[in-house]
Amino acid sequence: MKLNANIPSGPLTQKWTNHKHEIRLVNPANKRKYDIIVVGTGLSGASAAATLAELGYNVKSFCVQDSARRAHSVAAQGGINAAKNYRNDGDNIYRLFYDTLKGGDFRAREANVYRMAEVSVNVIDQAVAQGVPFAREYSGYLATRSFGGAQVSRTFYARGQTGQQLLLGAYQALMHQVSLGAVKMFPRHEMLELIVVNGHAKGIVVRDLVSGKISSVMADAVVLASGGYANAFYLTTSGGASNATAIWRAHRKGALFANPCYTQIHPTCIPVSGDYQCKLTLMSESLRNDGRVWVPKKAGDKRPSKDIPDNERDYYLERIYPAYGNLVPRDIASRAAKRVCDEGRGVGPGGLGVFLDFRDAVARLGKEVVEERYGNLFEMYREITAENAYETPMRIYPAIHYTMGGLWVDYNLMSNLPGLFVVGEANFSDHGANRLGASGLMQGLGDGYFILPYTIGDYLARNEVKRPPSDVAEAKQAEQETAQRLNKLLTIRGKRTPVEFHKQLGKLLWDNCGMAREEASLKKAIQDIAALRHEFWENVLVPGSHDDLNMALERAGRVADFLELGELLCLDALSRAESCGCHFRTEFQTPEGECLRNDAEYAYVAAWEFAGPDKPAQLHKEPLTYEEAHMAQRSYK
Amino acid sequence: MKVTVRVWRQKNAKTPGRFVEYEVADASPDMSFFEMLDVLNERITKQGEEPIAFDSDCREGICGACSCVINGEAHGPEKKVTTCQTYMRSFQDGQVIIVEPFRAKAFPLIKDLVVDRSAFDRIIQAGGFISVNTGSAPEANTVPLPKYHSDLAMDAASCIGCGACVAACKNTSASLFVAAKVSHLNLLPQGKPEKDPRVLGMVQAMDEAGFGSCTVTGSCEAVCPKGIPISFISRMNYDFIAAALKLRVHGRRV
Repeated sequence: MKLNANIPSGPLTQKWTNHKHEIRLVNPANKRKYDIIVVGTGLSGASAAATLAELGYNVKSFCVQDSARRAHSVAAQGGINAAKNYRNDGDNIYRLFYDTLKGGDFRAREANVYRMAEVSVNVIDQAVAQGVPFAREYSGYLATRSFGGAQVSRTFYARGQTGQQLLLGAYQALMHQVSLGAVKMFPRHEMLELIVVNGHAKGIVVRDLVSGKISSVMADAVVLASGGYANAFYLTTSGGASNATAIWRAHRKGALFANPCYTQIHPTCIPVSGDYQCKLTLMSESLRNDGRVWVPKKAGDKRPSKDIPDNERDYYLERIYPAYGNLVPRDIASRAAKRVCDEGRGVGPGGLGVFLDFRDAVARLGKEVVEERYGNLFEMYREITAENAYETPMRIYPAIHYTMGGLWVDYNLMSNLPGLFVVGEANFSDHGANRLGASGLMQGLGDGYFILPYTIGDYLARNEVKRPPSDVAEAKQAEQETAQRLNKLLTIRGKRTPVEFHKQLGKLLWDNCGMAREEASLKKAIQDIAALRHEFWENVLVPGSHDDLNMALERAGRVADFLELGELLCLDALSRAESCGCHFRTEFQTPEGECLRNDAEYAYVAAWEFAGPDKPAQLHKEPLTYEEAHMAQRSYK
Repeated sequence: MKVTVRVWRQKNAKTPGRFVEYEVADASPDMSFFEMLDVLNERITKQGEEPIAFDSDCREGICGACSCVINGEAHGPEKKVTTCQTYMRSFQDGQVIIVEPFRAKAFPLIKDLVVDRSAFDRIIQAGGFISVNTGSAPEANTVPLPKYHSDLAMDAASCIGCGACVAACKNTSASLFVAAKVSHLNLLPQGKPEKDPRVLGMVQAMDEAGFGSCTVTGSCEAVCPKGIPISFISRMNYDFIAAALKLRVHGRRV
């Protein structure tokens, strides 16, 4: 298989502009003849569905939640990046592009990243026009703050609820289109299979989660905006419903899965407190603007934080990375936390935690200012830990938060299966091996509002394969396979619950393919996960029936797909014998313990082709070439 | 700690429901309420029975999915939190905890603790948006917005659409939910052109969905996990009366 990224020719700064001139358009009168399916209603899905409907297409929008407004984008806290340069601090599109590319450790596709930086400014304009109440200065103009991996202040925010407010903006635009009849909304529906006709994606099989009814929905194109696969790790900051089934089912039907091993560990999460936990809670990275990260200098120092004098504290991020200090990128901050904890200097129960201290910020700014900036986060911290972070430092530890990998897409955001488009966290394209804070919202909305609506027209204008009727043989077969699979899950009647399998998979992944990875343990993990998958299909216990709301059955199907995906994740990590961004192989590190990239051999996108559940996936490589940026060793010192 | 959970179980809308009692002997004060239910559900599943169905996603109080009435209070005993942010330390050892779904005519029950809140989506469809197509937005800093207005709009916009206000209201009124959205958008200069049709349309949609009227008991404000004040209902009523008068004077929506 030859991978063609379809990157337009011409200088980097002109590629998107030229491409928009060159791609085909669909006449307004013809747009209403096309049906488009959008799976997922987070930032990318809701913005894409609303914008496509505004253009005149018939859109069918699906989500597993009871309302489009509850997609997990709602939980993003800190902010959204845009190269507005309102602070006059030297920001511009090129700098945002370069920071993002460098933050991703030079493993992202240059042209895509530049385009994302270009449209970032339009995203802010659009959000403000929709009524997103971004924070403002007393002058009435928009406020910004700093985020990790950047030396400019380009992050727009709405208190600690930026994701919620941006999602409500997109959701309201979507509801507007529903009221006009341009979008048909299907909440509590889960995509369980992709329908491929003559090599083109032309529909999906969905299950109505309330009635259990399985049906095929056909369309001229399918857009997957179903988010990432972080929940394969079980304990993550993702929502309970976040899952990889939509992208995994598409992968099994031929869509390539790119860079699955690029999984992000967020440095500032509330540490694990008990084995009953089903998720971890993130404390926004924005806290690192004013909070200072430290551990005791001496290993095993169990004194309360207030009894440890300043000269016995190690503000290790400020010490090791003086240029960026507490605002180093997420992967670097996470690994540094792991290192100090491995040295026995961690704090809190089990020694898996570091302090994030606001003592100096409260002294410098006053409690009121700190409260205005981060009040809801301090409140959230108090609810969970029963501790007051204005007085005692927060305890934080890294946790899985986001996945940079995803389905492979070309410059048009189309996968190798024609007609299948993938946007937002579900695709792989813009963040390389590590995502910078506040870039996820930028990418999701950029894809949905300003990129996909242009590029999808190019595919539709060709009109190579017409929309088939819903009783086409491929659809019937996909429906049948789905029903059989559900039936199988319900009739195994084994001894272990889907949650038990999920927990065990999560532990295998976190221990062997988490913050540090190495060849031997990855090889063992691949075997262990395969064995767990076999056990799952013989010993899972799913009560209830398929023709009813059955949350255990939903969970079982998602865990089954995570089990397959987990294996690929480890295989990808094993095959990438270098360290880059969040992918840290202990065999490949600098004397200071930083990532040691191998550009000569690994400057490529690893795109995996499904070969069967018990056959190793086949690797295809898209070489990464940089026309403008120079691939340098990252330094935040 | 040991607790007794008396929970509403109902197979579907057509089958009558009943309370079922479960003992949870191994709860910990640091568990969230839902983590306690997760532990219980695992046990129920192990016995080959269907676990208790409840809506929950983010578990950090922002998605608005959770919808339980605990001991008669929407979202449980603590103020300004959702069900998922309720921790077992809020209960006593040995306590009986009664768990019910949000009950309202406009929120038909689906199963156990899961209800259908799609009426809220229909209310938003009736005007809870600013009609600005992608691409037509002016530069973001074109219109400065007084910080006071922006902050007030943000207070209203922080509504998570959970429906606790409805569950707590003796009339099952959705006024706080509608008022929050009307106020968020009507307070902003961007929202002004559609101010009148917005408030008229959304209030009408609320009535049509079967929500009751507001008699200003304040129970909605008391349970709102985001602390949205009922002063927004006054603001909505003010906007509504102004819009209705204009409608009357001009004979059409202006």
